[in-house]
Formats: sequence, structure tokens, C-alpha cells
Amino acid sequence: MTGSDASIGFSVNRVSAMVRRYWYLLRSSWPRILDLIYWPAVQMLMWGFLQLYVSQNSGFFAQASGVFIGAVLLWDILFRGQLGFSICFLEEMYARNLGNLMMSPLRPIELIAALMIMSIVRLAIGMVPVSLLAIAFFGFNLWSLGFALAAFFVNLILTSWAVGIFVAGLLLRNGMGAEGMAWTIMFLFLPLTCVYYPVGVLPHWLQYVAWALPPTYVFEGMRALLIDHVFRADLMLEALAFNVILFAIASFAFLKLLASARVQGSLLQGAD
Amino acid sequence: MDLAVTSAIAVDALVKRYKGVTAVDGISFRLKAGSIIGLLGGNGAGKTTTIAMIMGLVMPTSGTVMVLGARMPKERYRVLHRMNFESPYVDMPMRLTVRQNLSVFAQLYGVPDIDGRIANLAAELNLSEFLDRPTGKLSAGQKTRVSLAKALLNHPEVLLLDEPTASLDPDTADWVRARLERYRSEHGATILLASHNMTEVERLCERVIIMKKGRIEDDDTPQHLLSRYGRETLEQVFLDVARGRSQHSEVAP
Repeated sequence: MTGSDASIGFSVNRVSAMVRRYWYLLRSSWPRILDLIYWPAVQMLMWGFLQLYVSQNSGFFAQASGVFIGAVLLWDILFRGQLGFSICFLEEMYARNLGNLMMSPLRPIELIAALMIMSIVRLAIGMVPVSLLAIAFFGFNLWSLGFALAAFFVNLILTSWAVGIFVAGLLLRNGMGAEGMAWTIMFLFLPLTCVYYPVGVLPHWLQYVAWALPPTYVFEGMRALLIDHVFRADLMLEALAFNVILFAIASFAFLKLLASARVQGSLLQGAD
Repeated sequence: MDLAVTSAIAVDALVKRYKGVTAVDGISFRLKAGSIIGLLGGNGAGKTTTIAMIMGLVMPTSGTVMVLGARMPKERYRVLHRMNFESPYVDMPMRLTVRQNLSVFAQLYGVPDIDGRIANLAAELNLSEFLDRPTGKLSAGQKTRVSLAKALLNHPEVLLLDEPTASLDPDTADWVRARLERYRSEHGATILLASHNMTEVERLCERVIIMKKGRIEDDDTPQHLLSRYGRETLEQVFLDVARGRSQHSEVAP
């Protein structure tokens, strides 16, 4: 009999097995790879040209060059990060493979770790070429943000993972009936986290909701950097604190939903 | 020593209710190590739910399941690497080749020398010619052999099979049964087999548990069942149980 030691506790070996599984799937299909680049590129070009037009007719936007392109690129980190996580999970349900995984020594935390890694891999495949396109078309160099970009990225990816973990729990508990949530849940963040406008634009009461969401701090921080040329470390730390809370809530919800799925028997019949 | 701990599988007063529907209703049985047991029953008898609880995928409403001395599902990670299963309710990723699928699962189960193990299984189960073909491009019979290879990857001590020969032609089904018999005799594994196929159960199993409406209606060796019901085949015994006929005295002509 095999694998007794490897089955105790967290196993990097099992995480790497799952990453390999998703990588095999990704590389087996060029439409899947193209899809990672296609929509971010279209979005970036559309907002880039819009910004070009507005900046030629407005003094404020002429000074705040790159705000729209920066916003759309950072929004894509948030959105695509969650989507990359959730799509990999959905692939298991489409393939009716979840029962095989749940019956194997793979632990839920190892599956989640593999999904996190794959969300970064998928993001890199999509965002690196698109960020280079932004330099070529509009002279906007996302990479020149340096440390600030790293702070933005960490906070956005943490939020995307927290939402992805929650959605995975919903999928385990409710099967494919919850699939729509995987594709649309992040759009709730689009108006509330003030991706394209300052928080001050929102009604006063809604600003409290906005400030409870970590990405709001990132987008405010990005505007501070691009418009006022100030890096707001305080905003990044606040975002990190809210991310810790969000991550804890999402993990707790995931474990509760997984336990509920075992009670309801939905792990074996996840395609319903 | 406690019998539940020494048995490969010990099920005690197991109940599963889904929103008022009782799928499994207080069943108890023990399987000794190295035995091969058939779980018979019509649709909705509770076979799949029972197997799912043994695997730790479904939480019992009450009662206990012990597998290799571990309580399921609470202690499942102690023993999952020593178990495996095959079920019509799951598939392997279709776009991955057979080799990729097997190597991923081998790594998940902590199998040493993955390439060697896959080569051995491929030779044993006649998979070699399509190891590098996408799993989705295989015929039903070939997919079943791949699923069986996945189920045997880690040399499981406990093997749970839910209708392993469903939708197979008689030749392939017979071939699968022969492989299962050989695996059990060579490795001393405990095999629990849920099936609708009476010929299969009669050929493979030394003991048969017949379920109906979530309960165990009978539990005996095939020979004793035939004798007690006064029948020549297990199919006739199964029909007697399914239609509520009692043993011997009331059998239909």
C-alpha cells in the first residue's frame, strides 16, 4: 500500500498534481488560452481610446493620464483572478470529476491552493500581453508603478480568491444551479468598489459599503498615484486588513457549505 | 479487539434521511478483510447512498461507518489513500490523455514510481495502445478499463465498486470480472460491489447483501440464498425479494 506518509497533513505533492491537471487542460485547448487574452485586450483598447478622446477635450483628464487604462487593468486582475479560480473549479464539475477528487486523499485546502496557483497562471497569460499592448497603443506602462503595483496586485488577488472560495462552496452545496454566481458575482463589486470613479461620487450611505470592500482602497490608491502622484500605503494596509477579514469569512463559509454538501449528498451528484 | 475495528468495513445502525425521505434505514453489516461482497437492490434501494457513506462523501444522519479502523467521514484522511472506488456517477477529465489522468491521480494517492505503475497497469488492463489518447475519445469499454486502472493505482485494500460493468458488452464485462477476481486473490483486498447484474454477483461474491427501500432484506452466501428461497439463480431470488415473496414456502412457480 502506498502514500501513507504523504496523506497526513498538507501535501505540496498533491497541490502540484492538481496544478498539473489544470495545466494539461489549459494547454490542450488553444481557445481556452485565447479567451484569457481576448476580452482583457478588447476592454483595455476600448477604455484606452475613450481616455485618449476625453483627455484631448478636458484639462483634468489630460493630467490624469492612464487612470481609465489603469482602472481597467486592475479591475481585470480582480475579475479574472476570481474567474480563473472559479473556472478551474467548474471544470471539475463539468468533467464530473469532483467525486474522484473528494474520494482521493486530496484535502479541500490543497484543492484551494491549486486553484489559487492556477488563477495566477491564467492571469499572467492574459494580463502580461495586454499590459504590453497598453504600452504599445497608449504609452501606459503598468509595470512602471513598481512597488505600488505589487501592493495593488496582492490586495486584488486576495479579494478575488476570497470570492472564489465562497463561490466554490456554493457550487459544492448547490451544484451547477450556482454556476451563474461564478460568472457574475464579481460584477457586484464593479459599481461598489468605485473602479472608474472616486468614492465621493457615491451617495453618502453607500460609501460605508464601499469602504468595507478591500478593492475600493486599491482603486482609490491607484487614482492617488496617477493623479496626485502619491502612494497611499495607509490605503493598502487598510485593504489588507479588510482582506484578512473577508478571507476568514469566505473560508468559514466554504467549510460550512462543504459540510452541508456532505449532509445533502451533493458531492457525488454535483452536476444537478 | 473490537470487531468494528478489526473488520475492513463495519456499518452499524446506519441511517440517511434527505428532507424526510429515508434513503438508508438502520442497516448494519461487517465485511472481513479480503472478502468480496455483493450489494444488491433495485433502483432507490439505497446502495449508492450506502457506498457514498462508506467513502465519506455523505454524512450519515445517524449510525457509524468504520473503514480500516477509521470512522467515516471524520477520520477519512487516515485511510483514503488505502481505498479507491469506481462509480458511474463520476468520470475522468475528457480532454486529458489517459496517461495524464492516471499520473495526476497516482500523484494524488502518493504512488511511488508513477511511470512504472502506469506501465504495469496499462499492460495488465490492455491500455497501452491508447495511453496517449484523450480519455473522451475512448469507447465505453475502454473508459471502464481506464476507470478500473485509476481504481487500482494505489493497490487499494478496500475497493468500492458501484455497477462496474454497467453499459459494457458481455465480453468486456466478463474481462473486468476476471481482473477483479485476480486483484482480490493477489492482494487480499476487500471488495464491495453494488450491482444489478446477478451473474456478476453470483460469479464474484462470497456473500450477498440484498437491500430494499433502504433496509437489508437478506444477507447470506449465494448458495444459502438459493437454497433458502428454493431458486436456481440469484436473479430469481432478487425478484422474490423485490416483489415481497418470502422464502421457500411462498415462492412463485
